Amino acid sequence: MSQDAKFLLSLYRTMLLIRQFEERVKFLFLEGSMPGTIHQYQGQEAVATGVCAALNAGDVITSTHRPHGHAIARGVGVEPMMHELFGKVTGCCHGKGGSMHIGDLEKGMVPAIAIVGGNVPIATGIALAFKMRKEKRVAVSFMGDGAINEGAFHEAVNMGAIWSLPVVYVIENNLYSASTPIAQTVKLKHLSDRSAGYGIPGVTVDGNDVLAVFEAAKTAVARARAGEGPTLLECVTYRITGHSRRDPCHYQPEAERKQALLKEPIGRFAKHLMAAGIAGQTALDGIRREVDAEIEASVKSAMAAADPKPEDALNDVFA
Amino acid sequence: MERKTIAEALRDGLREEMTRDERVFCIGEDIAIPGGWGGAFTVTLGLEKEFPERMINTPISEAGLFGAALGAAMMGMHPVADVQYGDFLLCAMDQIVDQIAKMRYMSGGRIKVPITMRAPVGATGRGAQHAQNLESIFFSVPGIKIVCPATAYDAKGLLKAAIRDENPVLIFEHKLLYGSKGARAESGAVDASSEIPEQDYIVPIGKGVVRREGTDVTVIGTLMMMHRALQAAEQLAGEGISVEVIDPRSLVPFDWELVEASVRKTGRAVVVEEGPRRGGVGAEIAAELAERVSDYLTAPVKRVASPDIPVPFSPPMEDFYRPDAARIVEAVRKIVS
Repeated sequence: MSQDAKFLLSLYRTMLLIRQFEERVKFLFLEGSMPGTIHQYQGQEAVATGVCAALNAGDVITSTHRPHGHAIARGVGVEPMMHELFGKVTGCCHGKGGSMHIGDLEKGMVPAIAIVGGNVPIATGIALAFKMRKEKRVAVSFMGDGAINEGAFHEAVNMGAIWSLPVVYVIENNLYSASTPIAQTVKLKHLSDRSAGYGIPGVTVDGNDVLAVFEAAKTAVARARAGEGPTLLECVTYRITGHSRRDPCHYQPEAERKQALLKEPIGRFAKHLMAAGIAGQTALDGIRREVDAEIEASVKSAMAAADPKPEDALNDVFA
Repeated sequence: MERKTIAEALRDGLREEMTRDERVFCIGEDIAIPGGWGGAFTVTLGLEKEFPERMINTPISEAGLFGAALGAAMMGMHPVADVQYGDFLLCAMDQIVDQIAKMRYMSGGRIKVPITMRAPVGATGRGAQHAQNLESIFFSVPGIKIVCPATAYDAKGLLKAAIRDENPVLIFEHKLLYGSKGARAESGAVDASSEIPEQDYIVPIGKGVVRREGTDVTVIGTLMMMHRALQAAEQLAGEGISVEVIDPRSLVPFDWELVEASVRKTGRAVVVEEGPRRGGVGAEIAAELAERVSDYLTAPVKRVASPDIPVPFSPPMEDFYRPDAARIVEAVRKIVS
């Protein structure tokens, strides 16, 4: 198998791992065995996968209240993630983070920031540290379309721009700020047009096309790494699950949902792989079995893992 | 030993820490403009010449700059982030309270957040929005250490301790105690200068100090209120009342050992603060004392604080607002009979 084919199949595998992870988590949550709340990533897999595929080992991402996809794509690992979702001491944040704060800085992901827009200044500061130390590392801030109407977004993107920081601002435009449609929150056709206000490049791509996302991210990351400053990268996508928990999405028009399902990234990429002769259905089914087995093993080990001692809650406030 | 003001001592502290450790840098508004002011109160004056790459002068973007400090700190830097007036911290509340204070905890103790934050406080003839004492607001937020230096010696020592600490530390500084000079001099300023040793030193965070020994009553206050308490103690000495003045210096963590020992000795306590009385730091200290040393108290703990109103502008109203030595004297007289 060529390097190219291996890479394409790894993208497919990552997207499928995110999808199957989210579906399994949804089931566990709805049946009542998983605590907490969840904001899920089904339908947006191509964004995290395409962007993270353009990063190097030392790069760092910041994420949102919808972070499972970013964490998987960045390599936090299904097992420590599943343990965290179950609130286990063996989770990637030792049970103190949960779904909305999942992450592992050692793997290049800051614990997710669940305040909309809150991660954008933080990614900017990470990039500031890289630049001050003359390290060729890049920071990525993932955010939803809702975040661009937060003041923190404006302050941070402007700072990234004036200081030419090695950071990429990725807007995942899934067309809804929670339940509010994009037409009610922004007057722009392309959210990347906001970049003009900061004097940086703005790019809009089909966020359900993993290769388009990857190519755009590669360009933006290379630009950042070369010291040429940030890019505002808008990836247009669609959330094919609820905003959170049991949200039935009555605010998404039926026709729009049906159309979105035809364009969801995984089925689309599978067709591309088969049409290009890179993998047949049997090979893709094999990947699916591997992915499902990995997730099932993580559920089993998470359910068997020890709960934290209640009084452990008192630790870790200060170093 | 040389006598220095708080502004000078803080400037020396920043210079020494940036020289000692290249991870240390300053980030803030108007802190590094040649021909400028060195921040609103001259603390960083001229440092941009010595450290051109580590004096990060920002746009007017408080949420942005505190978030950037957090990002840099997580990458191993030791930022010193400041605002021109403490009131502007409120523009950065999400970054300070939701992000900086909680990042280590949310990571399960896997991330360190070595950030120093500096904020001038105190009512100084500027009306309601450049005036607040915000100690009580941040006092109730787990995950942030808080220090309040009343002298130049403590300002430098606490700043250095904060920069070397691996946690978020918020330093409240008082506008009338800086000793800022020239165009940035403050009317009504109080001399808080100290003899500063040549050699390196820190003032440990969480350790208070007895400023004046006494036997009849313990008066507890930080920043300007410590100076007012000393004035009150002097006056009361003339009336035969012996006042012990304690400067906790740190609010989080708080030096309960020192304060408890003093109140066990005197049996009486007056807690003074410049901020509003309701939900104040004084309320917390008084409640703790009631629980910790109830058997030793010979009178109820008294609080002296500002009324629960915004800071007024007009000088007679501002003087009415802010606790002074006379109000401390009055409170002491009520419980020492």
